[in-house]
Amino acid sequence: MSVVTEKKVFEAPSCLTDKVFHFCPGCHHGLIHRLVGEAIDQFALAGSAIGVIGVGCGVFLYDYLTVDCCEAPHGRAPAVATGIKRVNPDSFVFTYQGDGDLAGIGTGEIIHAAARGENITVIFVNNSVYGMTGGQMAPTTLPGQKTTTTPEGREPARDGYPLRMAELLASLEGTAYSARVSCHDNLHLRRAAKALNKAFRAQVEKRGFSVVEFLSACPTNWHLTPEQSRQKIISEMVPAYPPGVFRDFDD
Amino acid sequence: MSEKELLKGNIALARGALDAGCRYYFGYPITPQNDIPEYMSASLPALGGVFVQAESELAAINMVLGASAAGGAVMTSSSGPGISLMQEGLSYLAGSELPAVVVNITRSGPGLGGIAPTQGDYFQATRGGGHGDYRLAVLAPSSVQEMYDLTGEAFRLAFRYRNPVMILGDAILGQMKEPVTVKPAVAPEEDKSWALSGADGRLPHLVKSLYLDDGEMTAHNWKLDQKYTRLKEEARVEVDCPPGCSLVLIAFGSCSRIVRTAVDRARKRGLPVGLIRPVTLFPFPEKEIGRAVSAAGRGLVIEMNTGQMVDDARLACKGEGVVYFKGYPGGTVPTPEQIEQVIDEAINWRGAAECQL
Repeated sequence: MSVVTEKKVFEAPSCLTDKVFHFCPGCHHGLIHRLVGEAIDQFALAGSAIGVIGVGCGVFLYDYLTVDCCEAPHGRAPAVATGIKRVNPDSFVFTYQGDGDLAGIGTGEIIHAAARGENITVIFVNNSVYGMTGGQMAPTTLPGQKTTTTPEGREPARDGYPLRMAELLASLEGTAYSARVSCHDNLHLRRAAKALNKAFRAQVEKRGFSVVEFLSACPTNWHLTPEQSRQKIISEMVPAYPPGVFRDFDD
Repeated sequence: MSEKELLKGNIALARGALDAGCRYYFGYPITPQNDIPEYMSASLPALGGVFVQAESELAAINMVLGASAAGGAVMTSSSGPGISLMQEGLSYLAGSELPAVVVNITRSGPGLGGIAPTQGDYFQATRGGGHGDYRLAVLAPSSVQEMYDLTGEAFRLAFRYRNPVMILGDAILGQMKEPVTVKPAVAPEEDKSWALSGADGRLPHLVKSLYLDDGEMTAHNWKLDQKYTRLKEEARVEVDCPPGCSLVLIAFGSCSRIVRTAVDRARKRGLPVGLIRPVTLFPFPEKEIGRAVSAAGRGLVIEMNTGQMVDDARLACKGEGVVYFKGYPGGTVPTPEQIEQVIDEAINWRGAAECQL
């Protein structure tokens, strides 16, 4: 009789609840939630973390992570996080924002939080559309991309150009760390985890503002299958929004 | 221990906030309230507090929201256009049941308007101002002493009811100097067990105003409504209506000081006039106003706008007595002599019941 010993090689972060994600098939919010949970566990922050949640598909983050949370008005998460962090400087304060929230209505708040060197960590999910409201053009929509408000495709001469937030925020002196990562394969997810770890470290070590932009899929509003969406990230999003580290406090 | 000091209204208000335990201030410059952020920026660091000059009033009110969610005693101040920008945050503060004190040292509008005093923001203050079914508690100081005292009161109300409280001043009250008795009260120990501090050894706390499940939002609206009903206990008013008076003047804030002088002069001439000054605009002192006007038969609302509080006064009277109105909008400040003339006109008026004099 042979004895089989099982070795656990993977488990969910302890701060992640068992609740089934409400996200659509192929959406990357669930993966990003798990990565945030892993980073919270790595730094043992479950007892001190406070999440500030923007308006969008990510608003129910508080159903999935067992940390204190505060809803913020659309775009204002960095200002709300500033108020929380200034009262509780020893708490770990992060925002979770989509592209409409951070790069559209909340552009003023995110830029000034970075300029102040506010010691918070920003998780920025860029899927190039307004997901929750049904797929309208976002500030990050690519030229030519069809959305419900650019039915013939985004025409820069009429609709303007996309914003590259990771590079823009990296140009500010208050930013300690700014990186862009992608969710389209395991190699990039491992890099994403590493970037998130660094962004968390920036705040834990009180080095200033940190942000990680995640390229992610919205199959429902892209009208593509999850696999087609993954391919679209590789062929269209990655060339327009190159992954990389644009500012690093260790450099 | 208390002592008397000669203070500017805005400074008295800032001192009142600090003495009430305010340790967090977020704001954006706008005339005529800049003395407040300037005083707070100089005072808060030494008290272990925080001052942040925000990039906009939008950001400022949301910093207030965050600081409040974290349990801080927090204040912001602004004027007309800035208060308009803050309406989004005020709606979220009310919906999330967060305490905060918001000061409006008014200027005239609409639009960029002017920097002279006005009471044109009465509706915005007392009807909620932002989207949704909510109210702010609104306090209306009429002296520099009250700029100090009512700011302390505002913090008490904010924490007691977990609701934003507005102080509705104006450019006169902010800029004039009067002697003030400074008497720091011991701030009551507030229950902050709901605040965000990290879920260490307890279940996570959530500050929210989003309710999507069946009936949740309706239940939340009725819960807020019950709170606003409880708030009616806090209605405050000054009533000076001697027996036999046949006309009751009603005015608030700096305007009520001018009306006070006119009423005193009219009485010296033997005219039977009374004066009511609401100290809280929400809750509105409807019982006292209704009682006084129905007893006198006639009321006269004087406001520095085109007619806002007069609506509340007429509702309070429930048709028992008529209420006249005289308005001074756009930064025009009436003189006591002008008000005396209006009193004479009102007493002699035999025309339509609810007129504008």
